[in-house]
Amino acid sequence: MIPLNYYLLFAAFLFSVGVVGVLIRRNAIIVFMCIELMLNSVNLTFIAFSAFMGNAIGQMFVFFVMTVAAAEAAVGLAIIIALFRNKKTINIDQINLLKW
Amino acid sequence: MLEQVYNSLQFIKPELILVGTLLVSIIVDLIFKNKKVVVAFVILGLVLSFYYLTFLNSINQLIFFNMYAIDPFAYFFKIFLLVATIGIVLFSVLSKEISDLKSREGEFYYFLVALTIGMFLMTSSTNLIMMYLAIELTSLTSYMLAGFMKEEKSSSEASLKYVLYGAFSSGMMLYGISIIYGLTGSFDLLAINMAIADGVSSLALLISTVLMFVGFGYKISAVPFHFWTPDVYEGSPISVTTILSVASKAAGFSMLMRTAKIMFIDPYAAPTVNDWQIIDSVPIVEILTILSVLTMTLGNLVAIWQSNLKRLLAYSSIAHAGYLLLGVLTMNNEGYSATLIYFVTYLFMNVGAFLIVMLVSNKLNSSDIDSYKGLGMKSPFIGVMFALFLISLTGLPPTAGFVGKLYIFAALVNKKLILLAVIGVLNSVVSLYYYVRIFRNMFLRESDIETPEIKLSLAEKLLILVFAIPTIGLGLYFAPLVEFAHASVEIFSGN
Repeated sequence: MIPLNYYLLFAAFLFSVGVVGVLIRRNAIIVFMCIELMLNSVNLTFIAFSAFMGNAIGQMFVFFVMTVAAAEAAVGLAIIIALFRNKKTINIDQINLLKW
Repeated sequence: MLEQVYNSLQFIKPELILVGTLLVSIIVDLIFKNKKVVVAFVILGLVLSFYYLTFLNSINQLIFFNMYAIDPFAYFFKIFLLVATIGIVLFSVLSKEISDLKSREGEFYYFLVALTIGMFLMTSSTNLIMMYLAIELTSLTSYMLAGFMKEEKSSSEASLKYVLYGAFSSGMMLYGISIIYGLTGSFDLLAINMAIADGVSSLALLISTVLMFVGFGYKISAVPFHFWTPDVYEGSPISVTTILSVASKAAGFSMLMRTAKIMFIDPYAAPTVNDWQIIDSVPIVEILTILSVLTMTLGNLVAIWQSNLKRLLAYSSIAHAGYLLLGVLTMNNEGYSATLIYFVTYLFMNVGAFLIVMLVSNKLNSSDIDSYKGLGMKSPFIGVMFALFLISLTGLPPTAGFVGKLYIFAALVNKKLILLAVIGVLNSVVSLYYYVRIFRNMFLRESDIETPEIKLSLAEKLLILVFAIPTIGLGLYFAPLVEFAHASVEIFSGN
């Protein structure tokens, strides 16, 4: 059996990739995909802990996270469409009406 | 099992009524062309919910398998949230931005109800799953509300920034929750508390606590998680800005205070009324202190440079979150009740200030500080009322803001945290500078361009008075508020 640490390290790596992606990517949709990556790494952590502790409640949380992530993606994409209609761009650097 | 669910239902009547209001007002919105019907319906639902809420004032127990707490603390915040929401519904009725939405106007009001449901759940949750879902319900609704004027560039930009920061910080918070789950094997705050007291790896606990605080800090807009606040407050409709700065912040604080008290208090120490025994393994007080000092200092210093009033009030609301955190970090009953008192005063003065900004921008289509030049002389009623709210926000007597600050600083001094109290007072002095700048523009400067006199309707004047009278009144007679706050700091924290 693969030890727990491998799962946790892999999840932490995925999470970091997501965080870095959010910080350096400029396209709003790719930023969203990076956030999904963060959420999925969290799911992986939950499932790993849950399986190793023999405690099912962690797996239940994963269902909630997936549902909320879907809702969040729906709202987020709708907002991106609304913004694209106004500004014809989804590049975050050009979305700069409001600053300081 | 079914029996417990059935028994629990009687305690969540206010929430159930709100859900009913939400569903029915969607149908009402489809049937009636006149959107004021929806407004009437929403207000009816909120008042009815308030009525049923008052029956829960002295109940202190956990329902739904320990997932949901009905206690005086939640009761206080639910009353607060309902008052704030009713106020903001009335506020939005007068707003030109909202009535210009035409066919979508009804939607706006039932989204406010959905937001209230989310915030109700936030105040009462004692389980990390419930807390996460409640935060998300509140956030998703706020994203939509922030971008409600979808033809406006600034509104859709604000909502995009909000959704990106929000999703990012909720991802951070979830990662913290997953580590806590790994350490303790539970999502229940009481069980987590017991597990922490029995000893867990303190480094992992520290990391997970900090990650969880990213989620809370984002909701209460504490520095360094505040980046969304000025942009969203400036871009969204003013009604939404107001509810975000008052109600959503209160819900975030109630959740932070409940978590801090339940998770990090030593369950084996003898229960004391005032000073709580904090588990040594987490530097919770230090984390809160850093957050608080950064929040109020940065909020106040950056507010000085603002030229847009909505943005200035956004930074001022960040600074107020810092003062509120001062009350939380004392981690005793006195500090917690001071925070509650501060929230009530903050509700009236902040909503009042935003109300004036909204009424002025209805007429002048601008919330720039320069457009306020000479306003106090031309429209004395608006000028005097705005001055009153600003004085209260600074915290000068005899207004409510002074009482709020007084109790916070008294709690700090009693806890021997003199230095923090001094920082708080210095910050208030800085805030005086930028509030006075508005004051000076209104009364001492002549306008370069000819601005029309702002005539208010009777309803608008009455609504201003509804917020102005408590702002003065609570500054002079505050004993009942203080008693209510003292009675409300009892959080359900196990037996």
